[in-house]
Amino acid sequence: MTEFLQQLLNGLSLGAIYALIALGYTMVYGVLRFINFAHSDVFMVGAFIGYYVGEHLPSGTVLGGLVVLAAAMAGCAVLGILIERLVYRPLRGGPTLNVLITAIGMSLFLEYTGQLVFGATPRAFPSIFPSKVISVHGLIISMNQVIVILVATVLMVALELTVYRTRIGTAMRAVALNPKAAQLVGINIDVVISFTFGLGSMLAAAGGVLYALNYPSIDPLMGVVPGLKAFVAAVLGGVGNIPGAALGALILGMVETFVDGSRWSTYKDAIAFAILIGILLFRPAGLLGRLAAEKV
Amino acid sequence: MPKPLITLLAAVLLAFGVSHFSDRFDPYYLDVLTGVGINVILAVSLNLVNGYTGQFSLGHAGFMSVGAYLSAAVTLLLGPRLLGEGGGTAVTQGMLFLGALVLGGMGAAAAGLAVGIPSLRLKGDYLALVTLGFGEIIRVVFQNVEALGGALGLNGIPNYTTVFWVYSFAALTVFTVVCLVRSTYGRGFLATHDDEIASEAVGLDTTRYKIVAFVVGAFFAGVAGGLYGHFKLTITPTGFDFTKSIEIVVMVILGGMGNTPGVILAAILLTVLPEVLRAVDEYRMVLYSLLLIVLMLVRPRGLFNFDYMAIASRLRSRLLGARN
Repeated sequence: MTEFLQQLLNGLSLGAIYALIALGYTMVYGVLRFINFAHSDVFMVGAFIGYYVGEHLPSGTVLGGLVVLAAAMAGCAVLGILIERLVYRPLRGGPTLNVLITAIGMSLFLEYTGQLVFGATPRAFPSIFPSKVISVHGLIISMNQVIVILVATVLMVALELTVYRTRIGTAMRAVALNPKAAQLVGINIDVVISFTFGLGSMLAAAGGVLYALNYPSIDPLMGVVPGLKAFVAAVLGGVGNIPGAALGALILGMVETFVDGSRWSTYKDAIAFAILIGILLFRPAGLLGRLAAEKV
Repeated sequence: MPKPLITLLAAVLLAFGVSHFSDRFDPYYLDVLTGVGINVILAVSLNLVNGYTGQFSLGHAGFMSVGAYLSAAVTLLLGPRLLGEGGGTAVTQGMLFLGALVLGGMGAAAAGLAVGIPSLRLKGDYLALVTLGFGEIIRVVFQNVEALGGALGLNGIPNYTTVFWVYSFAALTVFTVVCLVRSTYGRGFLATHDDEIASEAVGLDTTRYKIVAFVVGAFFAGVAGGLYGHFKLTITPTGFDFTKSIEIVVMVILGGMGNTPGVILAAILLTVLPEVLRAVDEYRMVLYSLLLIVLMLVRPRGLFNFDYMAIASRLRSRLLGARN
């Protein structure tokens, strides 16, 4: 029983990180209908900003940790907005395939530029939050896990409030529903899309820092695998659907943790893709999504 | 005899000729030549899927790995038994190698069918992602099969790949793709690419076309994998990862999707260029990615996407005109 709870907790904290990344994918997909492949590399950049800022701060304080988190989020918001402005906007309305190829190109560009700038060898991420381990009836709870779950919850509630309770959030939902109609009623699409990219990149940066806290070895290719899995989580929940992304991420995190603890652990990395293929075959719209017919 | 068939035979003969005198060439140039040929096979076969049929696949390296492992397993495990103590003559070795390559191709085609049937109902982004996922699954499986060397891969593969084999298969790939696309049946690939809904409306089975393109593409990727394995003499699962798929995709895009001469040119350029630019090797992938972005922004239909037939006929008429 204790082991089960332990795995559940580990799965929850992994799922919370996937959720932060998945939300960015899902929001961009909702507004622009394309997979932002570079999102997983924004996540990586977030972890690196955290690394550089964290080195200059006294380690092991809650305040310092929050400053690191805020710096990474701010830096990545700027990066996300820049990417959209310089690369994706000129292609908006173009053929899907071109946008897709550009997104892959952007992703590779960030990865290999990262290898040149940060170096290809992994680095140890500083312990920016106080590290403590609490043991309750044999259940081992590390401080990092608590922080991951807390921060992720706070950010997701904040996102929910932004999307459903603010003017810009309403505009976002309007653009997602019908971009042309949104423009007709006076919504500035460019501003909304920039805001969406900024918001998604902020969450990815937070995810990057939290991921680096739990797996403290960062390198320029660290975003690839979590990014793909987070995307799978978004598809699982129904891409374009914000609660769906969080739900899919939690399920994926749990499943992966349990597989990791079983004797099939070497197949852990294949599980996410097996889930993806299964969901696309049997319920292409995802758990919470609705399928829209293609209009001619 | 039809013209494409004559061209194919001529190319095979030429490859045989070059291969026959291969002792006289610098081994380094032969290596580069072999690498170019393998990449031409990969790029032209992927072009059938990505270019002509318009289905964005990111799993070509996965199919390549299936072919590489299968054919290497044949020559490593069955080879000693079939060839006997002395290692066999050049002819029996050739037969064995041909068998291994075809088997590797068939294995990859079977994998292509298994991947294609479920995933080709999807479009665009999703298809790209699922093929990528399948490529990764294939890699993880190879990493876990101890009989195939696990994460260390297979070593000591016999050195069977020659210029003859590579260019014969490159010619066969180009021949197959060009003839397929130009045939009455093959118009369906282009129709699927241009407008899927309209094609379905006039009664084309687009899913079938996509699967055929996928399986044919996977077959040649498997053959290319077999050639690659018997050229490098050692294969590891990580040698066939996402980056390799991207490399092939870049060739197709640079050449202009659905434009075979352009794709061949791009495959040659992108194989020779890194050899020339060894000094700046660390910047290679940065350049690749920048190239992708800039191409899509500035010249979205590819760098070498000219109307080759028009150029050829203009040249011909000018030459003939000069003679008259």
